[in-house]
Amino acid sequence: MEKNQKLRVTLLTGRTIEQGVGKERGKSSKEYLESVSVCYMDPEDLKRLGIKEKTNIMVSTDYGSVVVKALKSLRAPHPSVIFIPYGPWANVIVNPETHGIGMPSFKGIPAEVEPAPDKPVLSLEELLVEQFGKKSK
Amino acid sequence: MTVVKAVTCPVCGSLCDDIELTVEDGRIVKVKNGCALCESKFLGYNSEHRLLKPLIRKKEELVKVSWKEAVGRAAEILAEANYPILYGWSSTSCEAISLGLELAEEVGGVIDNTSVVCHGPSILSIQEVGIPSCTLGQIRHRADLVVYWGSNPWSAHPRHIERYTAFSEGRFERSAWKGYLNKIKASIVRKKIESAIRRVFFKGKPSAPSNIRNEPPSTLQKEGRKLIIIDVRKTRSAEIADYFIQVEPNKDYELLQAFRALIRDQEIDVDTVAGVPVEYLEEVADLMIRCDFGVLFFGLGLTMSSGKLRNIDAALSLVRDLNMWTKFVIMPMRGHFNVTGANTVFTWQTGYPYAVDFSLGYPQYNPGETSVVDVLLRKESDAALIIASDPVANFPKAAAEHLVKNLLIVIDPHMNATAQLADVVLPSSFVGIEAGGTAYRMDHVPLPLKKVVDPPRGILSDEEILRRILAEVRKIKKRRAEES
Repeated sequence: MEKNQKLRVTLLTGRTIEQGVGKERGKSSKEYLESVSVCYMDPEDLKRLGIKEKTNIMVSTDYGSVVVKALKSLRAPHPSVIFIPYGPWANVIVNPETHGIGMPSFKGIPAEVEPAPDKPVLSLEELLVEQFGKKSK
Repeated sequence: MTVVKAVTCPVCGSLCDDIELTVEDGRIVKVKNGCALCESKFLGYNSEHRLLKPLIRKKEELVKVSWKEAVGRAAEILAEANYPILYGWSSTSCEAISLGLELAEEVGGVIDNTSVVCHGPSILSIQEVGIPSCTLGQIRHRADLVVYWGSNPWSAHPRHIERYTAFSEGRFERSAWKGYLNKIKASIVRKKIESAIRRVFFKGKPSAPSNIRNEPPSTLQKEGRKLIIIDVRKTRSAEIADYFIQVEPNKDYELLQAFRALIRDQEIDVDTVAGVPVEYLEEVADLMIRCDFGVLFFGLGLTMSSGKLRNIDAALSLVRDLNMWTKFVIMPMRGHFNVTGANTVFTWQTGYPYAVDFSLGYPQYNPGETSVVDVLLRKESDAALIIASDPVANFPKAAAEHLVKNLLIVIDPHMNATAQLADVVLPSSFVGIEAGGTAYRMDHVPLPLKKVVDPPRGILSDEEILRRILAEVRKIKKRRAEES
């Protein structure tokens, strides 16, 4: 199969049971942070990018870029649709447009995915400094 | 050791009130009847991430201070702000929300709850179209057709299906649980056979995954309760459904309107709508008309995707149309355990369910203008009080960017991303575990939240913290009035 270095996809964000369990345990718990710094992808799309599961990828939209860990989606196929659970990482790349009704666009956002095996997934503290330039704690 | 029965779970909008907790030495040690989220909350709430002292940012660092100093600083920030935001509210009690509204009026701020990034569009549509709805009890006992659209209850409301819909044992409708178990067993056997055949004949080469899309709805011919899931991706919930319709992202509106046309017996001139063959849709529409009591639950798949409130308009209209043929109801799947209560209390006290602006001294409501994300995107606010919410983790970056530039007060039991960037952090007790109160279930049924154990020493409830801030703000304002 021909390997593309960039893949055009549609980004969805939403809840997962792992994110739910993590957030109740504590928003700075390892469970929560690990459950929301990932991206679920179709196994075929992983092949198209030429990467294996658990490789870091960079997801970019018109609003920003973020590095997350790619995971195989358990319920494929859904070619060209990727899913990132709600959280600080997804926020960087969702569409803030509220269309005059107060509601940003958290689902169905055009995005690009590329392998980023050399770039680390930032910790929450690093991400906050990178995104807001404000030191936390 | 004591067992506390009939505890209401303060996690999601299903508000299960049959939880049994075992308490030993002032700690919860066992949870019965709860889902994974419920257990995680009741067993993990007192983790190392718990905030135990009020904090104030001094020289770039959050340092521990007394309650008096922290409350005084919070009140000062709010009293001096020109246009403060008061946001969160959906994970606290109605009693605390009521005080929050009083505080918002006192400081002339914008008060908004999490429905603005959740079911805000649903509320706007309900105000325009109306909503034919009922309580979850009625659905449990009577619904023979259950549809979840853009919602994944298995992950977000894990006991919803078991307590209120397809897998609940109703007075007039039986649970579909046994049928589901048989289906699972059959599918395990099928997978084993398939994998054996693969191993023998194809030497371990994995087969292409079967395409779930475009299956005819033959599974809907069965007797009894039927469960349909309509979503853009195959979720855990979709796996247990009798029929799953995979709609293309951002095409829900087309599909909803196609259903409206079909139940009016109108012809559709295309072969597929939103990626689904029209002939299959016809069969599903036929089932909707023929059921005795249908229900459509919808989630954020509709409110957050392209079309937003117009998707909900179409869903509400579809259900209204279906009532020409049969009994059909619709309900939003509310996320936070008291987001419905937040809308209710906001409406009692201000006339509006969310996005209320008190800057002119009286309540104004215009989502898109007075909604918190828009206020932040226009960079208008200069201070913010965040309670029981984590907007830095849940708002789009452009909005969060302005929020963290504001003087920021956070009231929360746990350290979170917003608290990490705050100027004042006020640690609170957990409502429904360490403090009592009232919450509204997603069907607008109010339920009591129990105080099961005592909070850690020196930790106050949301209500008490707000009461103290409000008193302090009034003192500052009185002092200022006297000075001038």
